[in-house]
Amino acid sequence: MAEQEGIKRVGKKSRRKKRVNNFHEIVLTMCLFGVLFLCMSVYLVHFVATSEQDMINNSYNSRQEILLSRNYRGSIYSRDGEVLAETVMDEGQNETRVYPFSNLFSHIVGYSTQGRMGVEAMANYYLINTNTSINNKVANDMAGVKNPGDNVYTTLDVQIQQVADEQLSIYKGAVIVTEVSTGRVLALISHPDFDPNEISEIWEDLLEDENSSVLLNRATQGLYPPGSTFKIITALEYFRENPKSYNSYSYQCNGSYRRGESRINCYHGTNHGTVGFESSFAKSCNSSFANIGMLLDREKFQSTLDDLLFGKELPLTLNYAKSMAEVSGEMTEDAMIQTSIGQGRTQITPIHLNMLTCAIANKGTLMKPYVIDRVENDAGSVVKSFKPSSYGRLMTEEEAGLLSGLMTSVVENGTATKLKGLDYTAAGKTGSAEYNNVKGDSHAWFTGFAPVEDPEVCVTIIVEGAGSGGDYAVPIARRLFDAYFREKAVISQEVAQ
Amino acid sequence: MGEYIVELSKYFICGMMVLYTISCLYAFRYAGDGGKRPVYVIQNILMFLIQTLCFVNLILVSRGSVTYLFEESSTGAYSNSVLYLFLFAFVEVFLLAVLLLVPAIYENCNRQLLNNMCMLLGIGLMMISRLSYLRAIKQYVIVLVSLIVSLLIPFIFSRVRFLKRITWLYAAVGIVLLSAVLIMGEVTRGSNISVEIAGLSFQPSEFVKIIFIFFLAGALWEDTSFLRVALTAVLAGIHVIVLVLSKDLGGALIFFIAYVLMVFVATRNYLYLLTGVLGGSGAAVAAYRLFAHVRVRVLAWQNPWSYIDNQGYQITQSLFAVGSGSWFGMGLLKGDPNVIPFVSADFIFSSICEELGVVFGICLILVCVSCFITIMQIALRINDRFYQLIVYGIGAMYIFQIFLTIGGGIKFIPLTGVTLPFISYGGSSVMSTMMMFFIIQGIYIRLEQEGGAHSGRTGRH
Repeated sequence: MAEQEGIKRVGKKSRRKKRVNNFHEIVLTMCLFGVLFLCMSVYLVHFVATSEQDMINNSYNSRQEILLSRNYRGSIYSRDGEVLAETVMDEGQNETRVYPFSNLFSHIVGYSTQGRMGVEAMANYYLINTNTSINNKVANDMAGVKNPGDNVYTTLDVQIQQVADEQLSIYKGAVIVTEVSTGRVLALISHPDFDPNEISEIWEDLLEDENSSVLLNRATQGLYPPGSTFKIITALEYFRENPKSYNSYSYQCNGSYRRGESRINCYHGTNHGTVGFESSFAKSCNSSFANIGMLLDREKFQSTLDDLLFGKELPLTLNYAKSMAEVSGEMTEDAMIQTSIGQGRTQITPIHLNMLTCAIANKGTLMKPYVIDRVENDAGSVVKSFKPSSYGRLMTEEEAGLLSGLMTSVVENGTATKLKGLDYTAAGKTGSAEYNNVKGDSHAWFTGFAPVEDPEVCVTIIVEGAGSGGDYAVPIARRLFDAYFREKAVISQEVAQ
Repeated sequence: MGEYIVELSKYFICGMMVLYTISCLYAFRYAGDGGKRPVYVIQNILMFLIQTLCFVNLILVSRGSVTYLFEESSTGAYSNSVLYLFLFAFVEVFLLAVLLLVPAIYENCNRQLLNNMCMLLGIGLMMISRLSYLRAIKQYVIVLVSLIVSLLIPFIFSRVRFLKRITWLYAAVGIVLLSAVLIMGEVTRGSNISVEIAGLSFQPSEFVKIIFIFFLAGALWEDTSFLRVALTAVLAGIHVIVLVLSKDLGGALIFFIAYVLMVFVATRNYLYLLTGVLGGSGAAVAAYRLFAHVRVRVLAWQNPWSYIDNQGYQITQSLFAVGSGSWFGMGLLKGDPNVIPFVSADFIFSSICEELGVVFGICLILVCVSCFITIMQIALRINDRFYQLIVYGIGAMYIFQIFLTIGGGIKFIPLTGVTLPFISYGGSSVMSTMMMFFIIQGIYIRLEQEGGAHSGRTGRH
């Protein structure tokens, strides 16, 4: 404003005296540079506003060491305030990072030496910065000791995490428990796990051991064939293409499906007889879904897959792998049949399946999963808190309602009847994903939510090489739901008192 | 106690810089008056307060074992704090001398321009002191010499009358100097731009900038025929090509832009501006195809993170500095700006953002822009086309160079490696920029004297 005013005044003055004849050209030059510098300043402000954390977190940035030489790393807490990671100091001011639950939170809380992982990596910026009071800073400066870094409170629940860990037991696999309406991650387990307290000692062994890939967070980075859990997506696509007539679908299953050279079997060759749309889903009839797959428009199917973030970036701050699912016109019929039942080249991460399930439970809207709830300084005042945020709608409310109904039928009279007749209602989908051609080698999947009427909690489970989802994953889901509602009851009792 | 001052002074420094910036914008109301308005005194007070707080910070913080002072591992008898105290005294005495001396010698000088020059010089000397004590002393000596040389310029301008008549000599001298550097210049970081004379490294292209402006002003002030424009295009083109061959891309760009803009303003023909912009774009594409080291710069600009270990190292380190500093900075001596290669010359803006904050950085940009606007306002009042073109050309070169260096350091545009006038370390740069500002002062003083006589204004007697 003031600049323009200046120009105007000069203009007036010059006019009085006879304005220079190239007045406009000079003013144009000023405007050109003005615009240039405006753009540059906006860019600079935008850069600082959006990338400060990325800049400090980058391992090439030497300022991390500067911060660490002034502040010691803050603690990480569970949602009810239990210590998940803290820095302990001995008399000689030597720092040791301690993880009181050892293996329990190995992947999600992670480690901070030998590189960083999990919350230790995501919240690194907060943990090494300090917002302690200036009085403390002065006192620490005088005493020659470091300032306490800020503390990070997570959304993780120790009880549920423990149940998940016990239930997965010695199996390899992953468990994710999230809150439907907010996207809070309550538990996240990946087996095999490790003890982050000993990360320096076991580091070499972990790197050498290629078979079990212990450091891989299977929940977010493990790519598995989705198996029958993918029928959720095939069913959604069939409904999208036949919104009025889907319920009149009928198929005669005799335990296998043939088309040309290709042939697939229902699980254990079970003969499902005459099945409709809902019963195909509930009983997880492969033959019927292969048949449905062949009826689908591949172009539309691909756009549904895009909607559901296959092959896309997920709204996650944790390191994750991109899921893969593709249908195209050139695909062979065999590949198309395999894709419809979640086999073939289709791969998904447990966290992605969990997000899709959450969206179904949340009437089609996906809440971004998050682990860091808030950051506090050493005195407990909140520095920054993270609110639930929506990623957007993945499907319409009607579509979510339909899928929710189908998943309820899986519990009522399908492959997950072990969840029937409990204090709460549940819905979900099982899967038994074959991962090599030898019969019987399958990963047990379950993804679902409870209660059906007003979904609160969503679980996704994969047990590697266990067998059928109904036999091995559903019981784990039940224990997790039990644990969730038990804890909820305890909390509401406490509140009542 | 020290810690309190350090923590709080960060915000005070920012706040006063914001006030100073506002005062610059406010002072446009007096455009062309140049007199002893109270706002100029307030500016001076703010400048000395900022200087004092910054140096107090340096003195207090460097008390510990923290030392970035010596490049060589020399251990003097003085502690770092004492060295800073000395530097502080030198810088303030110098700035005070400029502020008192210049108006005393040249009563009609432009106070706004003078104040801003001191402000920028002060920030530069303070920041260079923080980065390297030895460089600060060198810079200080050069600034002192530059001032003495520059002080003569307005005097010369009021006496010498042949400046308009030696147009072709300017071009010849300019081309000869640049070519000499190309042929015999030592190679400094991939570009041959400096020569060593009597142990002093010296960059002739910085001074050729001034000669080049005089050449264009001389060639275009009375004759703007196509033939004349074409002839200047050839000569200016030689300048630019020699610079490109010396791998001084930033310099080449500055000369080119100055040429296009000066032709545009001299001829008032928009076609020349359009031709210049199109021609420049064409030349840029050609340079990208022809020279590997141009491609490297563009590559490092587009995706520095993929080349973080080599070509992208400078720019990513610069971005780390700016990003880590955030709005209010990490505090003086609390960051790590010395990890950026050539920080005191090419990336001083990033180090300022790191330790004093981006708010301060943006104010600094605005102060530079206000200098530019003041210069353009002066150009708008000059009816003698020769002098008007000189003032205009200097202004355009000045602001464009700032755009190149700051834009390059924050990844807004590809890196070209030019200095931030008045602030960066580099003797030739600071001397030539100071000379340019005093040339403007000289022309301004003439204008004020003539203007005072013609329009019968009261002046400031």
